[in-house]
Amino acid sequence: MSETLLEVRELRKHFPVRRGLLARTVGAVRAVDGVSFSIAKGETLGLVGESGSGKTTTGRCVLRLVEPSHGEIRFDGADLRALDSESMRRMRRHMQIVFQDPYGSLNPRMRVETLIGEPLEIHEPSMKKVERRVRVASLMERVGLSPDQMRRFPHEFSGGQRQRIGIARALATSPKFLVLDEPVSALDVSVQAQVINLLQDLQRDLGLTYLFIAHDLAVVEHISQRVVVMYLGKIMEEASRDEIYARPQHPYTKSLLSAVPVPEPGAKRSRIQLKGDIPSPAAPPPGCVFQTRCPIAQERCRVEEPLLVDAGEGHRVACHFPG
Amino acid sequence: MTDSVSTTRGARAGEDATAPVLELRGLRVGFDTDDGRITAVDGVSFAIGNGEALALVGESGCGKSVTALSILRLLPRSARISGGEVRYRGRDLLALDEHAMRAYRGDRIAMIFQEPMTSLNPVMTIGDQVGEPLRIHRDASRAEARKRAVELLDIVQIPDARSRVDDYPHQLSGGMRQRAMIAMALACSPELLIADEPTTALDVTIQAGILELLASLRKSLGLSILLITHNLGIVAEFCERAVVMYTGRIVEDARVDTLFREPKHPYTRGLLASLPRLSSGARRLSTIPGVVPDLRKLPTGCTFNPRCPELMPICPSAVPALMPAGGGSRARCFLYGDATETERGA
Ligand SMILES: Nc1ncnc2c1ncn2[C@@H]1O[C@H](COP(=O)(O)OP(=O)(O)OP(=O)(O)O)[C@@H](O)[C@H]1O
Ligand SMILES: Nc1ncnc2c1ncn2[C@@H]1O[C@H](COP(=O)(O)OP(=O)(O)OP(=O)(O)O)[C@@H](O)[C@H]1O
Ligand SMILES: [Mg+2]
Ligand SMILES: [Mg+2]
Repeated sequence: MSETLLEVRELRKHFPVRRGLLARTVGAVRAVDGVSFSIAKGETLGLVGESGSGKTTTGRCVLRLVEPSHGEIRFDGADLRALDSESMRRMRRHMQIVFQDPYGSLNPRMRVETLIGEPLEIHEPSMKKVERRVRVASLMERVGLSPDQMRRFPHEFSGGQRQRIGIARALATSPKFLVLDEPVSALDVSVQAQVINLLQDLQRDLGLTYLFIAHDLAVVEHISQRVVVMYLGKIMEEASRDEIYARPQHPYTKSLLSAVPVPEPGAKRSRIQLKGDIPSPAAPPPGCVFQTRCPIAQERCRVEEPLLVDAGEGHRVACHFPG
Repeated sequence: MTDSVSTTRGARAGEDATAPVLELRGLRVGFDTDDGRITAVDGVSFAIGNGEALALVGESGCGKSVTALSILRLLPRSARISGGEVRYRGRDLLALDEHAMRAYRGDRIAMIFQEPMTSLNPVMTIGDQVGEPLRIHRDASRAEARKRAVELLDIVQIPDARSRVDDYPHQLSGGMRQRAMIAMALACSPELLIADEPTTALDVTIQAGILELLASLRKSLGLSILLITHNLGIVAEFCERAVVMYTGRIVEDARVDTLFREPKHPYTRGLLASLPRLSSGARRLSTIPGVVPDLRKLPTGCTFNPRCPELMPICPSAVPALMPAGGGSRARCFLYGDATETERGA
């Protein structure tokens, strides 16, 4: 077993729901509700789940971009939640994030040089301006952009190029770990493939570790070694890529996989149709959170929450009736 | 009352019952922009037969939505249709006055959009909106429209339709809103449904339900469908025929099974090869180099030529025509002949 870089235990993030003039707290959105996983050095962990399942919140909590309500985050041996803000600031150079929206996530008034160089300004203030420019140029080359375009603004680039700018910026401080939050979801297929290949090359060459968040199951399968499936703030299933795609054990994972339209005309498939909608995370159902939509739910599921149990070789399933 | 809301199929005045439900011939649409005129749709031709589902596919900006909006003449003011015909059962819709056009829009041809929230009125109940086309096109009374709205909500499988009919859009989930949009589209029993990325904003499990619903409606109502999507998986599962667009032009037109088995145009081949697929085992994706060009700075000749692995000397200097490419497919590529298109005029 290789060395663990990130370990998350019992992570919770509850956002208060406020109402009325005095903004009294009347409840909580359980965006992330008791999530545990770890990522080995050099590994890609895929995090999948439908809209609102808590993927982004998990990714941001891991970097302490939002403060978790509860739980432990160990990164490279350090207990992140025990760090004071100065130590956390220094730690951040090792852990960076790339966002989904290449349009919204880059300051439109900054030139590419400033955008990519900014993390260096923060983390290596002693670096000379010329040095920084040389570094920005090499980062641009690394992600497949021409350094000639350093003086341009984000709007002068295509979606795929903007995502490359975001990746170069995340790489500026030579981090060990990247949270990639839907990094290719907004891109067209032909461009998406280029960015996925780039991310894989960078990982291989720089020894990076990824938490790769996406809702596209084919993309996640392509890039991940292990996959975690979330639903309503909780982990439903976790396994190696090959295992989870070939032998999903949780009824939610099964229905998710069966719902993906496959680009093969006439392919025979048995679709597991889920009833109803995803419940509100402010009022999750009792027992198993998936029971309201589960095709095999029984009485027990409505009263008792299933634990995430290891069924062997790290294949973990939270279901009373797996298989 | 049953009469007022019953199906009105078959040819009407000015129509030819033997003609395809929809036929586009050489449609050309431009926009006046601050930096000049662009051609967003450039000579698009295709036909949809009775009960057929045709996919219009291609990457962002290739002209799918503009094509769809042209059919219903719902283009923004800055757009201009500068050529071509849109024939509905043989009748040229582009030649109709606005009054005559209204007998088609929302009646014989219905449309659903990607984002139901922006196409539903937030201050009107679901029932009033679903029934509205009947009030407009069928002179239905309020009570009749409401009664039919409940039936329609039932048909699109909205649970508890009788009480949902009085809800406002924000009280429904995304999937339910899209079902309500479909119910509204079905109100006047259209022959043709244009669906522009109907599931793109939805989660896969919700998407699967909507596609299933559309497939069953297609069968039970004999609907013809123009489905716009960039998702090739949806094309494979839902449609018989597909038209692939690139920079405003059709580059390939094929039966769906042929398209996936034997893509003819290098662009289509590249697109299919760059898809990550479930359980394919491939560890590196193949890519199309470069990016889709800006419509203001289109390459000369075949607009795909700077990205094409099959580049030949003729490609940058002439626009290939859409030519028979074998297996019933047509492709706009000199690999299949030397027929050229007359260069784009303004
Ligand atoms: N700042 C916030 N305040 C209140 N609720 C929040 C906040 N951020 C997220 N939430 C809620 O927490 C839940 C999880 O959100 P999150 O963005 O983590 O989901 P996600 O899995 O990333 O979804 P998507 O696929 O749509 O990006 C959602 O119900 C969301 O509305
Ligand atoms: N109102 C407008 N003014 C100027 N140009 C426009 C306008 N609407 C669309 N266009 C241009 O016309 C082209 C075709 O747009 P269209 O919306 O049809 O693309 P699409 O294929 O539907 O893309 P998407 O997959 O992103 O929806 C694009 O290049 C677009 O920039
Ligand atoms: Mg998210
Ligand atoms: Mg569109």
